[in-house]
Amino acid sequence: MSLVKDAITFAGVGQTFLTDTGPLTALRDVNLTLAQHEFVAVLGPSGCGKSTLLRLTAGLIKPTDGLVTVYGTPVTRPREDIGIVFQQATLLPWANVEDNVVFPAKHMRGRVSDKDRDHAREIIATVGLEGFETRLPGELSGGMQQRVGIARALFLNPDILLMDEPFSALDALTRDAMGLELLRLWQASPKTVMFITHSIPEAVLLADRVIVMSERPGHVVADLPVPLGRPRDEDSLRTPEMQDYAAHLRGLLIKKKAA
Amino acid sequence: MSADADIAPIEAKEDMPAVPLMERLIRMPVALPLITFAVILIVWEVSVRVFAVPTYILPAPSRIITGFDAVPVSRWLEHIWATLRVALMGYAVSIAISLPIAVGLAKSRFLSRAFYPLLVVIQSVPVVAVAPIIIVVLGTDDAPRVVITFMISFFPLVVSMTTGLMATPPELIELSRSLRAPQFREISQIRLPYATPYIFSGLKISITLAVIGAVVAEFVAADKGIGYFIQFSTSMFKLPQAWAGLVLLIALSLILFQAVNLVQKVFFPWSLPKERR
Repeated sequence: MSLVKDAITFAGVGQTFLTDTGPLTALRDVNLTLAQHEFVAVLGPSGCGKSTLLRLTAGLIKPTDGLVTVYGTPVTRPREDIGIVFQQATLLPWANVEDNVVFPAKHMRGRVSDKDRDHAREIIATVGLEGFETRLPGELSGGMQQRVGIARALFLNPDILLMDEPFSALDALTRDAMGLELLRLWQASPKTVMFITHSIPEAVLLADRVIVMSERPGHVVADLPVPLGRPRDEDSLRTPEMQDYAAHLRGLLIKKKAA
Repeated sequence: MSADADIAPIEAKEDMPAVPLMERLIRMPVALPLITFAVILIVWEVSVRVFAVPTYILPAPSRIITGFDAVPVSRWLEHIWATLRVALMGYAVSIAISLPIAVGLAKSRFLSRAFYPLLVVIQSVPVVAVAPIIIVVLGTDDAPRVVITFMISFFPLVVSMTTGLMATPPELIELSRSLRAPQFREISQIRLPYATPYIFSGLKISITLAVIGAVVAEFVAADKGIGYFIQFSTSMFKLPQAWAGLVLLIALSLILFQAVNLVQKVFFPWSLPKERR
């Protein structure tokens, strides 16, 4: 057995949706492997099936072709060790921050224990929201709401974190801060992260590896390790080497768009 | 940093231009409609007197007030209670029946395709025309009146509840599925609370419809209730007291409507737009 386990694998995965206007092929022959505790960014134009990749991993949909496995087991239904963060925080507007974070427990088991609440408060502190436990989502900024969204995804202590453009609804400054915050969380408690994005700087700043997807039907165009050590900060992208790397990614994306 | 701190310096300015009268009126949410109402009453009273309009055509507001003296207070209360009781029972039945229908329509495309047209047909039936038939079938006690009230008030509830149940963000449904939660919790913990603002829109429309339903039922067959009283008074040509009954009906509808508003404000404040909490 090798030291690094495969967390997620896609083998010849294709996905076709039946729509009112006929079949729509979202993914075609996707082959991809994410090692355990690897941070992988999936970069691609809108509508290239990035989100489909995430939903397949989560077990929310089944692939039309090929096989998706998580820790060697074919994905046939949702698993408890996977947390999902959506583009919008999609919190429950009637529940305060703490109730939103313990929601997975309440929803799975129908009740919430004191231990769950303690655990929730710990996570809330980890994502920097201590003191906001009793606030309603409507009273929080977009960035804070998404922190709650992340805390909710972390509540069941998943080994795999799926993030679907989690910061794309935030303003640019908040977005950068949240990215670095996420890196801090990830380094403190390593997880396999599949991070869907259409932002090149975001992908480069956060990920160990960047997967570039083509336009629909989406498939993997490039799979490039990020030549940048850790820890990283705002200045990490300023080096000429990283500028070249980002330019290379941009070239791949634009070429695919033109073709 | 508080909102007060932001506003204070502006208020402190003394050379602020005077707020125009129109603007000041608009900022008075209670006073302005009251003024409108008072003006209408005065115009009404004056025109009836100036043009000597016969009472059976249009009694003056002052004449309507004397109409309240036609019957003792205890008798009024009896009528009010009779109408209120039927309206509330019909309303309760509407809620109890609409909720499962809405859950069925929202969760199943089959049920929605199969039954929604039927609901539209029921809604399209002119209830006033069917009311006598319902009375013949169900007798003359409360049952037919409650059924008539239900038929008039249920449809907005079904529509608003179904719309609300389907308005849940798909991500939350995916979250629910990723947690492998049972279906009933997806409904009770996500879809229903999410539907609350929609449900209250329906509840507000339906409560006034329920009063209308009770009155329609009383028009057809009843021996008490405000609807019965209005019809009885009209047939005796006692118009001022009929108008007095009408005023009571309007007041009853308004109070019930505000009661639903209050329930939403007290128990579900998050379901209101921010400025109305």
